[in-house]
Order: sequence, then structure tokens, then C-alpha cells
Amino acid sequence: MTMKKLTIYLVIAVMISSLSCSKSISERNLSFPALTPSKTDINAGAWKPVLLTAPTDITVAAPAATNTPDYIAQINEIKSWQSNLSSDEKSSVAYWSAGAVLRWNEILRELVAKHNLPPYQNPDGTYPIPSANNPLAYPTFPFANPPYASRAYAYVSAAIYDALVSAFYYKKLYNRAAPYKVDSSIKVLIPKSDLPSYPSEDATVIGAAVEMMKLLFPGDQDYIQQKAEEHKRARIISGANVRSDIEAGEAIGKAVAQKFVTRARGDRAGAAVGNQALWTQFETDCIARGETPWISQESPKRPPMLPLFGKVKCFLFDSLTAISIRPGPPPSTSSDQFKKELDEVLYYSENYDRERTRIVHFWADGINTSTPPGHWNAIAAEAFVSENYSEVRWARNMALLNMAMMDAAICCWDAKFTYFNPRPSQMNSKIKTLTGLPNFPSYVSGHSTFSGSAATFLSYVLPAKATAFNNMATEASLSRLYGAIHYRSDIEVGTTLGQKIGQYAVDKAKADGAD
Amino acid sequence: MCTRQVSAQTDIDGIMMTKNNFCVGAMYGYSSWKNYWEGTLKRENLNLGTVSTQMVSVMGNYGISDKLNILFGVPYVKTKASAGTMHGLKGIQDGSLWIKYMPVEKTIGKGDLSVYAIAGVSVPLSNYVADFLPLSIGLRSKTLSLRAMGDYQAGKFFVTASGTYVFRSNIKIDRDAYYTTEMHYTNEVKMPDALSFNVRTGYRHGNWIAEAILDNWTTLGGFDITRNNMPFPSNEMNATRIGANVKYEINAVPGLSLIANGNYVIAGRNVGQATSVNGGIFYIINFSKKAKKAALESKKQ
Repeated sequence: MTMKKLTIYLVIAVMISSLSCSKSISERNLSFPALTPSKTDINAGAWKPVLLTAPTDITVAAPAATNTPDYIAQINEIKSWQSNLSSDEKSSVAYWSAGAVLRWNEILRELVAKHNLPPYQNPDGTYPIPSANNPLAYPTFPFANPPYASRAYAYVSAAIYDALVSAFYYKKLYNRAAPYKVDSSIKVLIPKSDLPSYPSEDATVIGAAVEMMKLLFPGDQDYIQQKAEEHKRARIISGANVRSDIEAGEAIGKAVAQKFVTRARGDRAGAAVGNQALWTQFETDCIARGETPWISQESPKRPPMLPLFGKVKCFLFDSLTAISIRPGPPPSTSSDQFKKELDEVLYYSENYDRERTRIVHFWADGINTSTPPGHWNAIAAEAFVSENYSEVRWARNMALLNMAMMDAAICCWDAKFTYFNPRPSQMNSKIKTLTGLPNFPSYVSGHSTFSGSAATFLSYVLPAKATAFNNMATEASLSRLYGAIHYRSDIEVGTTLGQKIGQYAVDKAKADGAD
Repeated sequence: MCTRQVSAQTDIDGIMMTKNNFCVGAMYGYSSWKNYWEGTLKRENLNLGTVSTQMVSVMGNYGISDKLNILFGVPYVKTKASAGTMHGLKGIQDGSLWIKYMPVEKTIGKGDLSVYAIAGVSVPLSNYVADFLPLSIGLRSKTLSLRAMGDYQAGKFFVTASGTYVFRSNIKIDRDAYYTTEMHYTNEVKMPDALSFNVRTGYRHGNWIAEAILDNWTTLGGFDITRNNMPFPSNEMNATRIGANVKYEINAVPGLSLIANGNYVIAGRNVGQATSVNGGIFYIINFSKKAKKAALESKKQ
């Protein structure tokens, strides 16, 4: 009987312990503290913008004086919100107070992840191409694959930065104090700041992001506009801005974004998909060079991803520079070096262990994720959260990071479609992959190029974390070899190429007046 | 009552191991699907071909008393896709431990009714990967199942029905961010609980059990696989299956029995339309003092 009781107690104990864990999950980005800039960067109007020739390219009217009936009415708008705050409104204020650049970067990452799904084939085995003119019909627009995503991150981030440079110029020029400094009876639900509040930096970010996303995510306007309204309301509720601060900031953001939209329409990305004649040309050219051409391993065979993305206009340097830093050719598919590297991939395919699998999955950033550039945005954002940057400094660092990664995508794709090198699993069918096999040529590795550029730039911004960033880049790069989808040459040469591109961003950073 | 002496193997049948008897055995199973439901849309995937799962498990059932049994199972699982480049996975999956209690057993009309209260836990026994569906070997969730079951036997025929609530713990994945219907910046995934029903009926007499089975598994929450996306552990995974099971106790070797069964998914959501076949062999060891004594005496002679 004792034995019997003991057994029952043991079983019950195991059962209870299995239930004891709570189901609530804490998500890292939802616990970010309110942004408290360590300095206002009030002189950021003098920093060098990306596309603007000067902050005054955008005209902003002088604000109403704080003793006018118009302004007093706006103060009263804040007070009436504050007189009856719901818990939802309070948590909305807390959420947005973590930072405008940060939150809109997260929204962008979320939209990329949502749209990072390859279209399903047509009944005849061809593939439909998403249309920006009909974004809600299947296949929905866009297919936010890594090159598309890198460009989206770069444009949104750069537009936000330029808009904030202009906004900060006018902040200093007009020097209108925050509402809580004008009327001390206003409760302040966010950290106070000496930064003039006209035009609102948050609304500048909103205006630029929303306007850019009309181009990049035209089917998600309901979601984007809802976020924008929530954010603007949070700023008024919190006592940070009066309505005219918001309106002026939003107008700058929109106007600056228009300039970036114009650039985007002419940057050749729209033609990056190519056509059948071109897809065949890559193959014939490769055979003519005496090499084995890349062949899609998907069934039915899918055209390669954005084969002309390598021709897109870079942000950090001109097209001739892009060609000049193109890596030399990969080991010939008939060489001993190639055979050696292929065998190494086979080894990792057949000898996967738990730690390498963790690395492969952690860095996979495949379909339905924010892509490798999105992952580096998350890494950067989580590192920046503790740095207490001003919004404009956040924006400048995000802009340079993302311009570097877009240019990394361009140079990487240029190499991929210059050499049209086959994937390891195409050359040896025994190689089974431990992650999804990307549908484009192998050399050089996109993950390695993105990571090399990101780690190089982030190491300049935060030298104390340089080792950590570089280790992450190395791991991200190796994950592609461990996953049996890249040769060692792909990842090593990709990393070097990325670092070179990252250095261009560092050089820009050194010269833009922010440091 | 003699039917009760046929070895009980599962936590979901109306059979109890008698006191101090230990039934132990091994099962082999093969399951495969070519079509699956992406949400409610049934499709094939030419980049997976046929996804197959092989399973070998060791199982046991010990009779603490005639009314109280303890059962366990330890499976080893191996997956494979017949097309595409994706690597299959293998490893020891989730160990399970059950207690099965029969508080009520009485004659009603022409037959015998027995009522059961059953509880079980399952825990991953290796550090396998859940976030590689459809080729992961399991979902990693620790589970607690609470089951109520009734069994009615009239003559040689019986019917058993049960309902189970399955609590499922959150899991951790190797990624630190993932998208469901929105973005999540964590490596922890909230797993919805599940409800399952099982009805089985057929012949149960002498050395034989032959039964038809209908069961349903419904996840209480979760989300659909979006168009042309990969599955995710916290998807809403539902399945209705039909199956048959045969158990035979061999006369020549008392205590030895063979089992064979098969099932087929007739309706589902975010799951493969799997066909499964399983076979196993089980042996009953009697640990009762009386049996030991008898064995000892037979040795002496």
C-alpha cells in the first residue's frame, strides 16, 4: 500500500509541476522604457541630410504664439483628454513613448514579415507577380523578400532622418516650448524635455513613415493609418504636443517623403523582376563561361528572386563604385577548391547537431520573418534603446544602417547574377538543407553581406559592443554553411563585401556633423 | 471479466491491467501524407512531396490494483520529405505517463458499465526542435491531459467513449522573434490548449479485440497557416480520424499479444491528411506474490 501511495503522489507531483508554468509571455519590445534623450541634439538642423539639399527645402510657417486664443484652445484639448483617461489610453501613451523612430521601425518590420511569402504557382506552373496597382488580390503586394525589404527599410529610415533634420532646424528657429512648459497645470505622462515642441518630432516621423509606406505597402493603409492616429493622439494625451505641433511635423514628414518617393520610382527597383528572356540569358551566359548555371530547386521551377536588383541605384555610392567593389568569381564548379567546399557543405548537412541547428534557426530569417535586414534592425533597436538617443540621432543611425544594408543587397545581388553560381544541393543531391533554400544563385551569401555591413556600421556607432556585433555577424554568416545552403567562399567573400559597404556608411557618419 | 485479462496498452481503452501485472511492449508506426490543409484549403506541396513519420515506442502498463493502472510511453520519431531539399529530423520525442482509475464498475441491463478518470502528462525527453514544421518530430509542449471515459460491454460487443482536455505549456523556439498574425519579440510561443474526443466500438471477447475508432482533436485557439506559408507550432491544428484496431492474445505463449491498427484523417485544419499504420507486440509479466511463489515452486520441481 505504501508503495502504491508513493507512486500516486509522485505522478500527481509531476502533473502539477507541468502545469505550474504561466502562459503569459513578456515580449521584449513591449517593456522598452520611455525615451529620455541624454541630449536634445538641438543643432541637428545642421546635420547633413541624405536627399535634401538643406533643411529649408521644406517651408514651415512660424507657429502661433502661446498667448493666442488658438494656442490656448489647443492646450485645453490636452486638458480635456487628461481629465478622463482610460487605461487603454494610458498604455497607448506608454507604448509610443518608447520612441517614434523605434516604433515605426517595428511597424515596418511587422509589415515586412507579414508580406514575406513567396507567391503560389499558377495552374500552368508559372508564377504570378504581385502588382502594386492591385495589392489586395492574390498574390498580395508586395512579396517583401530580403532585397525588397532592405530597400523598404532604407527608404523609410532615410526619409524619416531627412524629415527630422528639417524639423529640428525649425525647432531651433521657432523655439516654441512644450505645452507643459507653457501651462504647468498640464500633467505630463512622458519624460520632460527642453526640446522645443514645434514641429513635433513624433509627427514628423509619422508623416514620413506613413507617406513612404503608401508606396511600399499600399494594401495595408488601414493598419498604418490606425497606428498613425493612435500615435498622434498619444502625443496629445501625454501633454507632449499641441495639435499644431503635430500638424506641422506631419506636414514636414510627408513633404520630405515625397522626395524619397520620387527617387524610389526612378531607382530601377521596379524592373528588378526581369522577364523570361532575361532569366534564360543568365543561364546561357553562365554556360558560355564554361560554368554550371544556377537552376531553381523549387517545383515547379521558380524564376530567380529579383535578378536585376543588382542594378538598383545605391544610397551610399554610385553605380560605378558598386561595380568596382564586385567580388571576383567564385571557385569554378570544375575546380578542386569547389569540390572541397561542396564536401564541406555535405559534412554539415549530414552532421548537424543541436547547437548548429540553433544557429541555423536563429539566423534563418526566412519566409514570414522580417528578413536578415529586419533582424539587424531589431538588434540595432534593442542596442539603441539603452543609449538614450534623441529621435533625430535614432533616425540618423537607423538611416545609415539601412542604407548600408540596401546597398549590401544591391552589391550582393550584382554578384549573384554576374556569376549565377549553383547552390550546393544542386551540385550534390545528397545535400539536404536544414533551412529553407533561397531561390537565387549562391555566390555571395546575402546573410553574410547584410551582416558584414550592419556589424561594421553598428561597431562604429557603439564601439563598446563591436565584438558582440562582429560575433553575431560571424554566426549569422556561418549559419548558412551549417544550414547546407552556402559554400564557405560565399560566406567569407560576402562578409568582406558587406564590411566594405559598411565602411561607406561609417565614412558618411563621420562627415554628417552628428558625431 | 475475462476480457480484462487481454493486455491493456493504452490510456484510452476500457481495459485495465490486473493488480501487480506489468504489460510491456513495443510499437512501430508509419504515417504519411501528401495533402494537407493550409487553413481550410486542402493542397499538396511539390517541394515536400510525401511527408512521412516513422515511430518506434516502448510502452508499459502496470496494475497497482485492479482499479488503478499506471502507463508510460517513450517514442523515437523520424521524419522525411520525399521531395524538395529539406532535411528530415529524428530523435526521442515526448515521454508520457498516465494514471488510469476505474472508480465505477457495475452491471446495467444486459451489460457492464465502467467509468474511468484518467490523467496524463507528457514532457519532451530530448532537446529536439519544434519550429521546423512539418519536419519537426514534435511540438515540445509539456501537456497535462484530463480524461473522462465510459465503457459499456454487452456480451461480446462494447462501446467506449471519452473526452479529454489537454493543457499545453508554452514552448521555446530557437528564434527570438516570430510572426503569427502579428509580430512577437520573444522566443516563447503561447500554445493553445486542446480538446479531444474518442469513440470506439466493436468485438471484445476471449483472445480478440476488434474495434472501429472515430476521434477528433480540436485546438482551442491558434491561427491558420497563411497562403503558401510554412506551418507553425501554435497553428490551430484540428483533425478528425477514422481507424480500426485489432488485438490478439497468443494462446501458445500466455501473456503475449499482438496489436495492429490504422487510421486516416478525414477532415482537418492546418494538419496533413495522414494515413497511419501501427503494429506492436506486448507481453504481460505477473509480479504478484502468488505468481512468484508458483514460479519458484515450479522451478523446484
